[in-house]
Amino acid sequence: MSKLNPKTLASFQSQMSRPPNWASVGMDTGGIAAGAREVFDALVAEKEQKGVAAEIRQTGSNGLAYADPIVQVKTEQLPLITYGSVDSELAAVIVENHLVKNQLIEDHIIATRERSTTLDEQKPIAILVKDTSEEQGDKTSFFQLSLQQELEVHGIKDVPVHRAMDMGIYDQGLCIQLLPSGVTYSNVLTPDLRRIISQSVEKGIVVEDLLVEDADPQQKIVLRNCGSVDPECIEDYLQHGGYQGLGRLLKDLTPEQGIDELKTSGLRGRGGAGFPVWLKWKLTRDPESDQKYVICNADEGDPGAFMDRSVLEGDPHSVLEGLIIAGYCVGANKGYLYIRAEYPLAVKRIQKAIDEARQKGLIGENILGSGFSFNADIRLGAGAFVCGEETALIASIEGKRGSPIPRPPFPSVKGLFEQPTSINNVETLASVAAILENSGKWYAQFGTEESRGTKVFAVTGKVRNAQLVEVPMGIPIRKIIYDVCGGVLSGNKLKAVQTGGPSGGVIPEDLLDTPISYESLSKLGSIMGSGGMLVMDQNDSMVDVAKFYLKFCVDESCGKCAPCRVGGYQLLQLLEKIFRGKALDTDIEQIKRICEAMQKASLCGLGQTAPNPVLSTLRYFEEEYTAFIEGGASYARKVKRQLADLAKQSA
Amino acid sequence: MKTAPLTFPIDDVERVEVEVEPHVEKWQDQEGNLIMILHSIQNEHGYVPREISMELSALLEIPLARIYEVITFYHYFKLVPPGKHNVAVCNGTACYLKGAPQLIADLERKLSIKEGETTEDREFHLETVRCIGCCGMAPAMVVDEKTHGRIKISDLQGILDETKKGGVK
Repeated sequence: MSKLNPKTLASFQSQMSRPPNWASVGMDTGGIAAGAREVFDALVAEKEQKGVAAEIRQTGSNGLAYADPIVQVKTEQLPLITYGSVDSELAAVIVENHLVKNQLIEDHIIATRERSTTLDEQKPIAILVKDTSEEQGDKTSFFQLSLQQELEVHGIKDVPVHRAMDMGIYDQGLCIQLLPSGVTYSNVLTPDLRRIISQSVEKGIVVEDLLVEDADPQQKIVLRNCGSVDPECIEDYLQHGGYQGLGRLLKDLTPEQGIDELKTSGLRGRGGAGFPVWLKWKLTRDPESDQKYVICNADEGDPGAFMDRSVLEGDPHSVLEGLIIAGYCVGANKGYLYIRAEYPLAVKRIQKAIDEARQKGLIGENILGSGFSFNADIRLGAGAFVCGEETALIASIEGKRGSPIPRPPFPSVKGLFEQPTSINNVETLASVAAILENSGKWYAQFGTEESRGTKVFAVTGKVRNAQLVEVPMGIPIRKIIYDVCGGVLSGNKLKAVQTGGPSGGVIPEDLLDTPISYESLSKLGSIMGSGGMLVMDQNDSMVDVAKFYLKFCVDESCGKCAPCRVGGYQLLQLLEKIFRGKALDTDIEQIKRICEAMQKASLCGLGQTAPNPVLSTLRYFEEEYTAFIEGGASYARKVKRQLADLAKQSA
Repeated sequence: MKTAPLTFPIDDVERVEVEVEPHVEKWQDQEGNLIMILHSIQNEHGYVPREISMELSALLEIPLARIYEVITFYHYFKLVPPGKHNVAVCNGTACYLKGAPQLIADLERKLSIKEGETTEDREFHLETVRCIGCCGMAPAMVVDEKTHGRIKISDLQGILDETKKGGVK
C-alpha cells in the first residue's frame, strides 16, 4: 500500500469500483452470533461450486439486529435487496436463484425504506406484498395469490409477486411495494389491486390515494456506512468518501477554523452529557503545553446499549478519522481509543483500521504533507463501568484503578499524564468526520435549535424490532418506537420507555410525544445518555427495573466516596425491602432523602445519577411502590411469580 | 484451551522470568502500561497467576500491592484459573427483561454451582456478564468463544452437552 497525498485522496471520491453482481453479509458480533459466518461461508462455497461471477463481501451491521443474519444482494437487473434471518441453506438458494437467475426469495425480504413517490412511467419488475395488520391473522399469502391472479387476468406474466418479511410500515393493512422504484402503497383493499395493476404496473402511473408519502424518519449520519462498507478494508471506506473530511481540514482549514466548523454544526457530546464539542476542543486547545492528548471513549458500558459497538465494528475508520481530526483541532499528536475488552471484534477492527491508516500515511508523520503528525493506540478497558467517567477513564489509561477524581481541574486543562486532554465518545467522533466532510452548516440543518444533528438509539426490550435507529433530534419518541421499530412486541400495551440506562429514567406512555432532545429528556427526569432505549410493556414491574439499574450502579461503584458507596447500598436495601413486601410508608420518604444526598454529594457522574431510575419510577409510578407496601408479602410473592412466568414464556 | 491447573506449574524463578518477559517487552516504553501487560498475561493463561504478578512487580519496579490493587478493581481480571469452558450469561437490561435471571437459575441447578463458581471437575465456569451488546438477540450467552442468542431454558442442556463434547475432541 502506498501513502496517499491530497491528490490521490481526492481521486477516491469519484471512483466506486464494485463488480456488477455482489452479496454482502452483516458480520458484526450480533450477526455472527446469529450465524453470519456460516452464511458467509455458504455463499462463498455455493458461488464457487456454481462458478458464479459475483463478489461476496463482509460489512458491519446495518442496524436491523432483529433480522440477523442479514444478506444484501445487488445484481445488474435488480435493485439492492436486503434479506433478513438468513441461514446457510437460504444462502445457497440466494446464490442459485437471486445471483444466477435474478429471482427474489419469499418471506425474507426487508423492503427498502427509501420509498419513492413517483414512477415516471417506469413499470415495475417485481412486487412485494405484506399484510401489516397482524391481529386479524396474516393474510399476506392470500393477497399474493389475488395479485398474481389479477396480473394473469391482465395478461402480465413477467412481474413476480413476493411476500416480504418486513415493509418498514406497521399496522397499515396490506402494503405493496413496487420494485425497483420503491413506490409503496398502504391500506390496500382487494378492489384496489385492480387499480394498482392497470395504473402502476401497466402504465407506470402512481395511485395517489394509496401512496405512502411519509418518508422514513431516520437520517443516517453516524451510521452512514454501517452495513455498506467493509470494516476491514480502508480502500472501501475511501471509496465511500472516507478521509475526505480530514483531507479538507488539513488542506484548507486552520485548527481554529476546524473548531469553528464544529461550532456552526452545533454538535454536542453524544456520550450523554451533551457538552458542546467545539467548546471542549477549544478548552483543550487554549492551554500552553508541549504534549496534549485526544481520547476516544469506547467503553460502552450501559447494559442494553450497542450503538458504539456497531459503529466500531461496522465503520471503524469513521471513528479513527474523527479522532485524527480532533487531534489536529486541539493540537494533540497522540490519541488513544479506550475500548472495552469485552468487545474483541471491535478491538480487532480498530487495530486493523489503525494499521491500514498508517500504511496509507493517514496516521504517522506529516499526514498528507500538512506537517501535522499524529499517532493512535488502543487501550483496553477491563470491565469497570465507572471508567466511562472521564477522570476514571484517564486513570485507567494510566494503568491505575479507575477511580474518579474531583473536577476541576477538568481534563481539558489537566488530563492524561497531567496534560490537556479532550475525551470524545465514539458517536461524536463518527459525526465529526461527516461534519468536516460536508460542513457544519449541513449538519446544523438536522435536529432542533438546542440539540442539533442526529442521535443513534439502540431500541431493545419489549419492542417488535430490536434495532439501531438514527433519527434527527426533535422527533417524538413515539415515532421511533412505532413508526421505525414496529411498536410493542406481540401487541402488548406499552407502559414506559427507559432512556439513559442506569443513569437515566423512565418516560411513561402518555409522554411519548415529547420531542427528543437533551433538554426535553432531562425535564422529564431522564437523560439522553448514550442512547439505550428500553421498551417496557404492561407486564414489567417498575420497581423491579429500578432495582435492576440500581443494583448495577451499586456493583459498579468504585467505593471512593461515601454518598455513592454507602448511599447506593442502603438505597438498594430499601428497594429490596419493598420488593419483598416488608416496607413501611416511611420508607419512600427515606428513599427520596438518600437519593437527594447521592445526587448532591457524590464525587462523579455514576453516583450523582445512580438514583435517577429510582426517582423517575417514583415520579411516574409511585402507585407500584405503594402497592408493594400495602399488599405486603403475599402481593410481593404474586408479582415475583408473574414476572418469572412471563420470562419463562419469552425465554 | 487446556484445563488450567489450580496452581501455576512453574515454580523455579528463571522460568517465570521467561514467561513474563515477552509480555513486558512489548509495552516496556509505554506510559501506563500495567493494564495492557495484565491483559496480555491473562490472554495467555486465562488468569493472572500470583507468581507472575510477583515477577512483574520486580521487573516493572512497582509494588505487588499496586498490581493487586489494579487486578482486583477490574472485573475482567481473574486471580484463579478458569474452568475448561466458560459460560457467560448476559445480564444486560434487555436480557434481564427477557429471562436472563431464569437462565442463570437453571444453569446453577444444572451445574450445581453458583454464579461466579467453577464446577468441581473444572469443566464449566459460570458467570454473569454486563451487556455484551447483542440486545437484538436477548437473552444471550457466550460459551467459550461462541455467542448464543434467543435462548430458551430448554436449549441449555443441549448447549452444555455440545460444549462438553466439542471440548473432548
